[in-house]
Amino acid sequence: MTPAISVTGLTRRYYDEVALDGVSLTVGAGTITGLLGRNGAGKTTLLRILAGQEFPSSGSVQVLGAAPAENEDVLRRLVLVREDQVYPDFKVCHALRAASFCHPDWDAGLASSLLNDYGVRAGKAIKGLSRGQRSALGITIGLAARAEVTLFDEPYAGLDAVARQVFYDRLLADFAAFPRTVLLSTHLIDEAASLFENVVVIDRGRVALDTAADGLRGMATTVSGPVLAVDSFTAGRPVWERRGLGSQASVVMVGQVSGEDRELARSLGLDLTPLSLQQLVVRASGWSAGADSLTERTWA
Amino acid sequence: MPEMAGLDEGGPLFAQVAERLAGEIAGGGLAEGERVPSANELAAFYRINPATAAKGINVLADKGLLEKRRGIGMFVATGARATLLARRRAEFTERYVQPLLTEATRLGIDTDELIALIRESSSERRGVAV
Repeated sequence: MTPAISVTGLTRRYYDEVALDGVSLTVGAGTITGLLGRNGAGKTTLLRILAGQEFPSSGSVQVLGAAPAENEDVLRRLVLVREDQVYPDFKVCHALRAASFCHPDWDAGLASSLLNDYGVRAGKAIKGLSRGQRSALGITIGLAARAEVTLFDEPYAGLDAVARQVFYDRLLADFAAFPRTVLLSTHLIDEAASLFENVVVIDRGRVALDTAADGLRGMATTVSGPVLAVDSFTAGRPVWERRGLGSQASVVMVGQVSGEDRELARSLGLDLTPLSLQQLVVRASGWSAGADSLTERTWA
Repeated sequence: MPEMAGLDEGGPLFAQVAERLAGEIAGGGLAEGERVPSANELAAFYRINPATAAKGINVLADKGLLEKRRGIGMFVATGARATLLARRRAEFTERYVQPLLTEATRLGIDTDELIALIRESSSERRGVAV
């Protein structure tokens, strides 16, 4: 399948600061990909460049087979929803009408049903919306646009867990009915993990991880129990982290766990817990920084 | 991972979807010849990526437990339930008996005592006085 997005050696500098540093990646058409990484890692810069709202310093960017910057044909087939989207001083219904002009596949029925789900009235002034309602408006525009390439940049500021679930459900339902390419940046990783077919982790402007989401699950396992048993079980295997408390130990072990391993763990009285996607991403964000800073790195 | 309609964190998601479907078939919830939910239906129910759900369905189709009817969807194959039940029987020792023995040893319960305990629980279940 031809990729919907293809980026090669993309670098973006702001004066002496490097926001993206030789990023290369492809996003397959008709997939939902998670774009993950810490604040300031370069996710927003990447999405803005993909949406033609910013220019690369060097490198090549292809969206739907062409460079997006100032390319009307690509831009009308693409939508970017930003976390801090700023709207002109008008009403919700005006924003929807403006969006319907920009996007040829706009679905007005979907837009009004989404706004209804979120309890946002079309006649309301955007200035008077709460933060969560503004996010709901962004999500509505992003989904109702039915754009071939749909980019969401942390689209849910101010939305509570229930409202975010509405977003995930509506995204999946509409994606199933109208397949498209979705790139979603988020730091609510575990919450969104099951939506992703692929995962890209950006760390300090570089790609730290680019892989199928299914391959990540079970890539590492936490082994916990009595110190002696944990040590004998993990002997000779690659280990990321080790913690102890009295006679108990907890070790993060890399690699798949076989049926025999499970049997052995059971007989030793050990607990095996697979690392979640979020924990793996924290690791991945540490890889490119070197082992020294591994322990200091946490999510902002 | 909250709100995933019961899928846990163990193993790849597609394998868990396959396991759930197999469980439904073995338990008779999905009868032979019955239509299996589509990838999109499973995706919406479990709140997972449709490609992941499709992969789960394909695991069972590759084993001949499901069959494709062109243009309609996937259906439970004839003999699928018997195959799954035979597999479960074969796994019973490993999945249930071995762990039971391991924990019994840890607690100092010997085999005779364990058998007595099983008899006791079994009669209680049937409502028969021991």
